[in-house]
Amino acid sequence: MFDKTVYLDNAASTRLDERVLEAMNPYFFDTYAVATSEFGYSMGIDAKEGLERSRKVIASALGANANEVVFTSGSTESSNMAIKGVLSALKGKKDDHIIVSRMEDFSVLNTAKMLEKQGYKVDFISVDSEGIVDLEMLKAAITPQTALVSIQHANQEIGTLQDIKAIADICKEKEVLLHTDATHSFTRVPLDVDQIPVDLVTVSAHTIHGPRGVGALYIREGTPINKWMDGGFQEFDRRAGIENIPGAVGFATAVELVTPEENEQLKAMRDRIIERVQAEISSVTLNGSATSRLPQNANLTFHYVEGESITLHLDMMGFAVSTGSACFSRSLEASHVILGIGGDHERAHGSLRFSFGRFNTMEDADSIIDALKEVVVNLRAISPLSADE
Amino acid sequence: MNFPYSKEVLEHFKNPHNVGKMEDPDGKGLEGSAACGDMVAVYLKVNPDSLVIEDISFESYGCASNIATASIITDLAKGKTLDEAKKITWKQASEALGGLPAVKAHCSVLAVEGLRSAIRDYEEKHGMVVEKEPTDEEVVRRRLKHVMNPIKGLDIIRTELVMKIVVNEGNIRVVLDLPSHHQFAAAIKEDIIEKLEALWDVESVTVDFIS
Repeated sequence: MFDKTVYLDNAASTRLDERVLEAMNPYFFDTYAVATSEFGYSMGIDAKEGLERSRKVIASALGANANEVVFTSGSTESSNMAIKGVLSALKGKKDDHIIVSRMEDFSVLNTAKMLEKQGYKVDFISVDSEGIVDLEMLKAAITPQTALVSIQHANQEIGTLQDIKAIADICKEKEVLLHTDATHSFTRVPLDVDQIPVDLVTVSAHTIHGPRGVGALYIREGTPINKWMDGGFQEFDRRAGIENIPGAVGFATAVELVTPEENEQLKAMRDRIIERVQAEISSVTLNGSATSRLPQNANLTFHYVEGESITLHLDMMGFAVSTGSACFSRSLEASHVILGIGGDHERAHGSLRFSFGRFNTMEDADSIIDALKEVVVNLRAISPLSADE
Repeated sequence: MNFPYSKEVLEHFKNPHNVGKMEDPDGKGLEGSAACGDMVAVYLKVNPDSLVIEDISFESYGCASNIATASIITDLAKGKTLDEAKKITWKQASEALGGLPAVKAHCSVLAVEGLRSAIRDYEEKHGMVVEKEPTDEEVVRRRLKHVMNPIKGLDIIRTELVMKIVVNEGNIRVVLDLPSHHQFAAAIKEDIIEKLEALWDVESVTVDFIS
């Protein structure tokens, strides 16, 4: 058997960094009060300071001001808040149309589908075979009634990076608000709101070795947005609920721990997988863009075999990866991302996502490639499909 | 280690029995499902006098439960007569495997269908099949017993998911007791369409949801 799991599913979630836990600990056991105003008691003032220091770290990583960052329970909440909050604030003005891409995470896609059921008009923008949004289609879709465009910065599954500057320029020119889900690109790929006129940005801690259950939403000053959960006046009266201060502190620490060198190492592991697999295993397709791509993501289709069979064999050999196969998913549906780039069920069926994190090494990349060579050959030997049919 | 399958399933998955393409089979069945994407091919060698399955093999393009079920079902069928083999059910295969996850039932039922279609292929080639049956509500109902309800792991007829079946000159309409936005709605719909479109006299298949 094997001694440890080689975890290559960091896009799903990551192992917490010990240093993050260390930074969070005092806010569980010493400074555990709620954040109070500056006229509160000392422990509450200390807690508030911890929260505001963390906010500055997140803001600075985005090139934003601290008062433009609201902590949330994670990406799903951030994106729901961005979309529903803006639509609520624009009610009666520009409120009947939104635009999203077909590649969005379910937190955006299913929010859009629910709004469509409620009577909103929703346009789903197509992407090309690499997953890049069709800018002409986007331009054409924007009308005077468009309240919001929501297009992700990086794709969760195939790692494609959008030209978010070009998208933001289009939206600015047409005077439409733009939200981008940067869950997978945050700290891995620069996104500076000072340079790029995006209005709302979703970010999360758990994809960068921070705690689960904490994220943030950047809201450009002056953006019309309403609260979508009623309650107290926390977070500039934008997000009700007792602040998750240990979470915020953990998130900030996680952001501070990411370095450009680490991102280069992730990229090297990603490239090793992409290059070696394509050179050493036949009938393999790279999903997503070869150039405009997250540094930590590789996604490949192994034709003529099914993804869950590959992942189960790999699991028994000590590797954790995920697949876009219908057989693996909770809904039994093939990946909407692979289908969205023009792939068929077969392409989704045999697709594997390898996502790297801080605790992976080049040895992990090499060992999974060796394992794949064995598994894919064995499964192809019993498959009724093959290259010559 | 915590795997989603029983020890028997994992064993058959790791070392499947009776695998590979057979040269000059007496009967051959290929079943596939677009919803899950899985495919199973089953090959038979049959003794023409005793009608006993003397050799059997399969190929699978599918997930673990698909491969394991094909492996066990070929074990179960070997040495049986065609009539006996026809009666092997998914439930027997599942029991022999120590149980399959409910949500995976529809992938594994394909192996059973692969075996039956290989037997039918043999029977058709050897003039053992009487003329084709026209599709009516009863035929549709029988066919839908092979579409699994992933919520329960039993077919959609037995779990009363099918509210209505209308057959009108080759055009079939099926109404399901499920909202269209349900987690499994799209997968079940595709599965139904695939099963019914395969019938020889069917022109179109529509699947509607209650909301």
